Amino acid sequence: MKVLVPVKRVVDYNVKVRVKQDQTGVELENVKMSMNPFDEIAIEEALRLKENNVATEVIAISIGSTQVQETIRNALAMGADSGIFVNCEKGLEPLIVAKILASVIKKVNPDLVIMGKQAIDDDMNATGQMLSGLLGWSQATFASKVEVIDKKLKVSREIDDGIEHIEITLPGIVTTDLRLNEPRYASLPNIMKAKKKPIEEINVDTLNVDLNQKLEILKVEEPSKRDAGIIVKSVDELIDKLKNEAKVI
Amino acid sequence: MKVLVVADHNNKDLIKSTLNTITAAKKIGPTELLVIGNDCKTVAESASKVSGLEKIYLNDDVGFENFLSENISDFLKDFAEGFSHILFTNNAFGKNIAPRLCALVDAMIVPDVIEILDSTTFKRPIYAGNAIATCKSHSKINILTIRTTSFSETETSDISIEIDMINKNFKNEKSKYIGSDIEKSERPELTSADIVVSGGRGLGSGENFKILEKLADKLGAAMGASRAAVDAGFVPNDWQVGQTGKIVAPNLYIAVGISGAIQHLAGMKDSKVIVAVNKDEEAPIFTVTDYGLVEDLFKAVPEIEKNIN
Repeated sequence: MKVLVPVKRVVDYNVKVRVKQDQTGVELENVKMSMNPFDEIAIEEALRLKENNVATEVIAISIGSTQVQETIRNALAMGADSGIFVNCEKGLEPLIVAKILASVIKKVNPDLVIMGKQAIDDDMNATGQMLSGLLGWSQATFASKVEVIDKKLKVSREIDDGIEHIEITLPGIVTTDLRLNEPRYASLPNIMKAKKKPIEEINVDTLNVDLNQKLEILKVEEPSKRDAGIIVKSVDELIDKLKNEAKVI
Repeated sequence: MKVLVVADHNNKDLIKSTLNTITAAKKIGPTELLVIGNDCKTVAESASKVSGLEKIYLNDDVGFENFLSENISDFLKDFAEGFSHILFTNNAFGKNIAPRLCALVDAMIVPDVIEILDSTTFKRPIYAGNAIATCKSHSKINILTIRTTSFSETETSDISIEIDMINKNFKNEKSKYIGSDIEKSERPELTSADIVVSGGRGLGSGENFKILEKLADKLGAAMGASRAAVDAGFVPNDWQVGQTGKIVAPNLYIAVGISGAIQHLAGMKDSKVIVAVNKDEEAPIFTVTDYGLVEDLFKAVPEIEKNIN
């Protein structure tokens, strides 16, 4: 079984982003970038399938300018076998990303795509569902457990009031939730090994995908700030404030 | 301009957040509601009393019983044609279906909308709510998911409107529902509760959450938790409040033993009044609180519980 894992380069989750003065976006210069945490979980899950002799090959793919190759290298250092870098300088959005992935998938023919449920930059939670819609594949979103049984996947999904279990046929798409696994760190020898692993480069222009964005960002602003509150000295003071000042109990 | 809201329900009751989504829809234009599921006529009947709806459609078929995205989005692909906007609640149901539908009708999703400026211009949070983007949709059909805490609930009235039956079914061989593990709780639903009591890693164990639950029950509050507490296995996943969990905005949010990572703040900082109890006075949670109490939670919480009437 061949597994494809899309990975996205995003602002590191520990960075508190700052909105640019001209309101065109957030400050990305000199900011630490990392692999989207949900995508690390996706890579980890694919690697575990390989270690359990279910998957035979794990391919990481990323789309964007040359820097996204670093993210692919991270995936290779974790243990992915090879990478695909789709060179695209234009602005992306989930629908375009899904179309690019669908186009590459028709050439690569994976049996399973595992990807993060959302990227922590634009918080869209959309690409996996869109990709499976475009391909007409089955989808198992927000996965907290994946088991392969007779070429089918049994997936537990995190839903609003608990956990739901579904079964999907392959080829299919799984999007990862937080509790699926704990991703490994890349060891130094594996980081060295990753440097020799192949990354295939594809120019986006060869894929015949409509690159016009349908959701235009007009401006990006700071959210409204909360006024600083007070530190109360005792439980009694707290209860008094909640009753008589805030009037919420 | 014609707006369709796709109701979230469990084949028995309408999920309350659908009423918030209907409020958002009515800001855009004349609004109709689709109830799709199996044996769910009672849902359509109760929805028919929701104020200001132009029309209600009911598509009742066994193929839609478990709300599989493949089935519902396939039905919606053709049904969407007559609408300028299709709105879902931004929850597990809406997030699972809306983007797949987008791909089928070549539309870009507008997720997690918090403000409607005009029929194609919307505000939505990005970067865990640390920035707000104003976006303009250029899709032929505008498909949105709505953040329920940003819109009030539409009222219901005594007058009910007629229900249009649609008899279209769809079955796929690709995916199948097997079952679910859902813990029934007597407490109010987390995303619509007036008061939320939330616990973090500071609680130390699932057993220790009982002191919070006692407080919650006295206040008639819902229970929430930080990611750390859920990851540690103290409490179930559906309690998680934050960027990738649930978004809440109650009148009162009490955060206990939660340090306040930006990902957690993203899920609760629109609450009207925020209280935190934490023994670490440097904890980032205190940057968003109205009332902070720097004290050992195991001492403070039982005392609060005892003294609150």
